[in-house]
Amino acid sequence: MSSVLFDIPGPRAQARYRIVGGVSTLVLAALIGWVLWILYQNDQFSQNKWQPFTDPDVLLNLGEGLLLTLRAAAVAILLAMAFGAVFASGRLSNRPWLRWPAALIVEFFRAVPLILLILFIFLLAGGTLSRFWCLVLGLMLYNGAVLAEIFRAGVNAVPRGQSEAAYAIGMRKGQILRIILAPQAVTAMLPAIISQCVVALKDTTLGIIIASEDVIFTGRLIYNDFRYNNAIIVGTMLAIVFITINYSLSKLAQYVERRLASRGERAVDLTKIASI
Amino acid sequence: MIDFGALREMMPSILDGFWLTLRLLGYSAAIATVVGTVLATMRVSPVAVLRGFGTSYVNIFRNTPLVVLFIIFVTGGPQLLGRVEFTTLATIALSVYTAAFICEGIRSGVNTVPTGQAEAARSIGMGFTQTLTVVVLPQAFRAVIPPLASIYIALAKNTSVAAAFGVAELTYRMRSLNEQFPQETVTRFFGIVLFYMLIVAVISGIAQAFERRLAVS
Repeated sequence: MSSVLFDIPGPRAQARYRIVGGVSTLVLAALIGWVLWILYQNDQFSQNKWQPFTDPDVLLNLGEGLLLTLRAAAVAILLAMAFGAVFASGRLSNRPWLRWPAALIVEFFRAVPLILLILFIFLLAGGTLSRFWCLVLGLMLYNGAVLAEIFRAGVNAVPRGQSEAAYAIGMRKGQILRIILAPQAVTAMLPAIISQCVVALKDTTLGIIIASEDVIFTGRLIYNDFRYNNAIIVGTMLAIVFITINYSLSKLAQYVERRLASRGERAVDLTKIASI
Repeated sequence: MIDFGALREMMPSILDGFWLTLRLLGYSAAIATVVGTVLATMRVSPVAVLRGFGTSYVNIFRNTPLVVLFIIFVTGGPQLLGRVEFTTLATIALSVYTAAFICEGIRSGVNTVPTGQAEAARSIGMGFTQTLTVVVLPQAFRAVIPPLASIYIALAKNTSVAAAFGVAELTYRMRSLNEQFPQETVTRFFGIVLFYMLIVAVISGIAQAFERRLAVS
C-alpha cells in the first residue's frame, strides 16, 4: 500500500495508528457482533431455517437454477456482442442516415431501466416467447447498447495514424474498421468487456419480475416455503455464489488491464460508459 | 402505436409512481453518498484495519446482484425489524449497494489528483486528515463529477428493482395499469420511460453545469 496521502509512519505515528486501529477493530467487531446477535435473537441460526441446505435435492435444484442463470447470461452476452458490433459500426459510419438511428437506439436502451424493458418485452410477447428468451432479449438490448459504446471508445482509442495509413494504401472505410482498427481495439477493450460480463451476470437476476426459471426462482421457492421462511439465509447464500463468480471475473479484468499497462497500452476508460 | 387518450388517463397513476421513484432516488442517493465518502476515506487511510474493511465492503456489495440484496433486506428485513415499510427497506438496499460504487468513484477521483499536491501538503506539515480535506478532496471533486453522475443515473434506473418487491414506484405501474389498459402495452411503456429519461437528462445536465463551472482553462 503506497500512498502519498501520508508519510511512512515514525514511532509516534505508528503508536497512534495502532491506537486508532485497535479502537476501530473493536468498533467494527462490536458492529458485526451486534448484527449477529440480532440475527441470533430472531431465530436466524435455528436448524429448520438452514435445513434446506442439507437436503441434496434442494442443492441439486439450486445447481440447476445456477446453470440456467449462467446460460442466460452467456447467451445474452454473446448476442449483445453482435448487437454492439453492429451498432458501434453504425455510430462510427460516415453516413448520417446510419449514424443517427444507431445513436438514438443505443442511447435509448442505455437509458431504459432493464427490469422495465424485460417486463415490457414479456407483456408485449404475451406468451409467444418463453420467459427465458424475454429475459435474454432484454439483456441483449441493454448490454448490447453498452457494449456498442465500449466498442466505439475502443476504436476511437486506436491512434489516428493507423487509419490514415490504411486510407493512404487505398483501403475503404469498412475494410479499415474490420482489418485495421477492430483487431487493435480488442485488446484495449478486453477489461471493459469482462466487466460488462459481470454486469450481465448480475442483471440476469432481474428475471425475477417475470419469474424466469433461474437460481433466484429456485431460491424464492425455498424461502417462500412456510417451513423455512428464510429469505435472509437464502439471500446470503445466493450472494456468496454471485460474489465468488463476479469477484473472479473482476480479478481477471484487473489482470488483463495490468498486462496491457505493462505493454504500454491503455485500457478503455469505463467511467463515462459504465453501468452498475 | 401510442394512444394519447389512454396516456392522459393513466397519467395520474404514473405520476404517483414517479413521485415514489424520486423519493427512493433522493433518500438513497443522500445515504449512499455519505456512506460511500466514509468508505472512500477508509480505503485511503493509513490504518490497515479500516482499509481492509473498506475493501471488503466494496468487493462484497459491488459483486452482489441488487435483486439478492432486495431479497435479504426487503423480503428478509421484516423478520428482524418487525413491521417496516417496504419503501424504507428498499431505500436501505439501494443505499447499501450504491455506497460501494460511490466509494470507488470517489477513490478514482482522489487518484487523479497529481501526487505533487499531496506531497506539497505533507511537506508543509499537514497530517492525513488535513491533506485529504484541505488539499486533495477539493481538487478531486472536479474529477469525481463524471463517475458520480453515471452512478446516480444508474441508481435512478436501479430504483426500478423495487417494483419486483411490491413498492409501487414507476416501473410497478407497468404491471398495475395492465388491468385497466391491457391493450396499450406500448403506450404504458413509453409513458413510463419518458419519466426515467427526464431523470437521466436532469442528472447529466446538472453534472455538465458543474463540470463547466469547475473547469480549469
